[in-house]
Amino acid sequence: MTTSTQEKIPVTVLTGYLGAGKTTLLNRILSEPHGKKFAVIVNEFGEIGIDNELVVNADEEVFEMNNGCICCTVRGDLVRIIDGLMRRKGKFDAIIVETTGLADPAPVAQTFFMDEQVGAKTKLDAVVTVADAKWLHHRLKDAPEAKNQIAFADVILINKTDLVEGEELREVEARIRAINPYARLHCTERAQVDIAEVVGRNAFDLDRILEVEPSFLEAEEEHDHHDDHDHDHDHGHEYHHRHGLKHYHDEEMQSVSLRTANPLNPDKFFPWVQDLVANEGPNILRCKGILSFKDDPERFVFQGVHMILDGDHQRPWGADEKRESRIIFIGRNLPEEKIRQGFDSCIA
Amino acid sequence: MYRVGHLNELQGTLLSLADRVRPVNAGSPVVGVHFFTATPVFVLGEEALLFADEGGGKRVAVHAGGILASAADGKCIVTGGDDGTLVVTEESGEHRVLASDDKKRWVDQVALGPDGAVAWSAGKTAHVLNKKGERRSYDAPSTVAGLAFAPKGFRLAIAHYNGATLWFPNAVEVKPEMLTWKGSHLSVAFSPDGKFLVTTMQEPTLHGWRLADGQHMRMSGYSARVRSLGWTAGGEFLATAGSEQLILWPFDGKDGPMGRQPRILARSEARVAVVACHPRQPVVAVGYADGALVLVRIEDGAMIEVRKKGGAPVSALGWDAAGQMLGFGTEAAEAGALAV
Repeated sequence: MTTSTQEKIPVTVLTGYLGAGKTTLLNRILSEPHGKKFAVIVNEFGEIGIDNELVVNADEEVFEMNNGCICCTVRGDLVRIIDGLMRRKGKFDAIIVETTGLADPAPVAQTFFMDEQVGAKTKLDAVVTVADAKWLHHRLKDAPEAKNQIAFADVILINKTDLVEGEELREVEARIRAINPYARLHCTERAQVDIAEVVGRNAFDLDRILEVEPSFLEAEEEHDHHDDHDHDHDHGHEYHHRHGLKHYHDEEMQSVSLRTANPLNPDKFFPWVQDLVANEGPNILRCKGILSFKDDPERFVFQGVHMILDGDHQRPWGADEKRESRIIFIGRNLPEEKIRQGFDSCIA
Repeated sequence: MYRVGHLNELQGTLLSLADRVRPVNAGSPVVGVHFFTATPVFVLGEEALLFADEGGGKRVAVHAGGILASAADGKCIVTGGDDGTLVVTEESGEHRVLASDDKKRWVDQVALGPDGAVAWSAGKTAHVLNKKGERRSYDAPSTVAGLAFAPKGFRLAIAHYNGATLWFPNAVEVKPEMLTWKGSHLSVAFSPDGKFLVTTMQEPTLHGWRLADGQHMRMSGYSARVRSLGWTAGGEFLATAGSEQLILWPFDGKDGPMGRQPRILARSEARVAVVACHPRQPVVAVGYADGALVLVRIEDGAMIEVRKKGGAPVSALGWDAAGQMLGFGTEAAEAGALAV
């Protein structure tokens, strides 16, 4: 018996390469008249002042867990800081973690899965990545960190759009989509975005795993690009797939999306997926899925970060709902054909 | 053959002292319990110490923010806060800032040593004020996660990533000794005879070193990170939380727990959150995540109930020096004191 889900403090992780506009976004979130109080964890080397009552400096100490899993790294400083912040529970509604420009988001995310105390008191809300419209495509070539940040994101802001022409912007969008087809994209100037698009996303909540991405998996598989989001807020505009958008294939980082209408055999699926993340875990940044098992009236949902998998039965399939299993893996040099064959062999 | 009492089975028949507990409304989650003679002092999660004598409570504000760590020796209580200060409070309630971090970093570890020496840390730096009032500092290889003074000699153990460092603050010419073991080491404790050093780790294990020869010990099997431990009177056992029972590692021989099984008592469905060893008797106060609190006699595992289960997890426990009074607090600001 610990704190229930409702009482868990949501944590938003802000990433983005140096100079993309993370701190601008952070200050915007803090200064909007939303009535929310945030505790902010910033990195030690941040230069720009943060105007907020609760600001904690972190030193991004990443270490490996002693569980034989080489990609199982956590942020030790976050474990301590969140423990300390919880003493002031009631003084803030949410936590924002700003990482350094060179940080890999995985250890931050894994901290919430690997430390029971942190997981009992807080929940990861979303990884938000700020990308520089002008410079991102260069960084994708020379900075592996920048690519990780895009691949890992639930929400991506293409910022500084005023510095690029339309064609260049579409190029950046296409480059991002080649790496991460399911993140929510927003084009912004000076990080102007409705903060509801950035905080309170519940992107890691198993119950909402795919609700938050209504076009989940559609993009890549069908190449069926249509507007399926309302364009109803005044600043920032949501990304829409457009006809004529270039299709890129990133040589290194890709997503593999799988789907089948045939029910899966859980006795085949679980060993397969566990074996897959055990072997490919270092290369798999994130995965998400909704599964339909044979003779099982309930949807099974799961997500993962590298080798860590988290899954549960979610709710019964609706009477008029298409019973279909869908999974996406985002990662580096993924053996797509092997993954597809493995998935197919899980069909009951 | 140990007698293992199952708390939930025995609850109905358990001898209870619950009606003898003097309740205290702490008003804020309790993170520590100390005593000035017979006066329990509750360290609150934010700002204040609550002196809870029979006549009523006295709240003493000592920090401008959260209180992250505390230690006491009967003469004073030292606290570290997220306001970047180290504060010492006396029995009268008088208090003063002993040190401030120049970058306003959190003072999140404190320890009291022999002769009134005090140690604290902010970030990677551990500091000591010795009895002459001289300040010494040591930069650990990574953030300091635990501090403990050796029972004899003026020596400080500092826990950090990949091990612990033993530092003689007064001996500037002696190079600190690093005990290495991969991983994140959190709290640290010397055995009362000074022969062993034990750390809790990020994983649900303890690590230990026999200081004479650096022999490693690994104590595992917990269901969660161990967040509370203490030595029983005489140092016979190391009592630990982190499991659905009280785990007692034997430290009576020269090899400590090496090759031996722990004694397991006070089993429950809820996890042990906090333990506090009686200062004189082989008795341990055990607080659970379901709010239950019992006294356990190590000899036969007999238990006495102090608080029924229900409500918030027990978050702090402490005995007075004579072992006549037990104070407790919970995450939900409930607190109490029991004269045993």
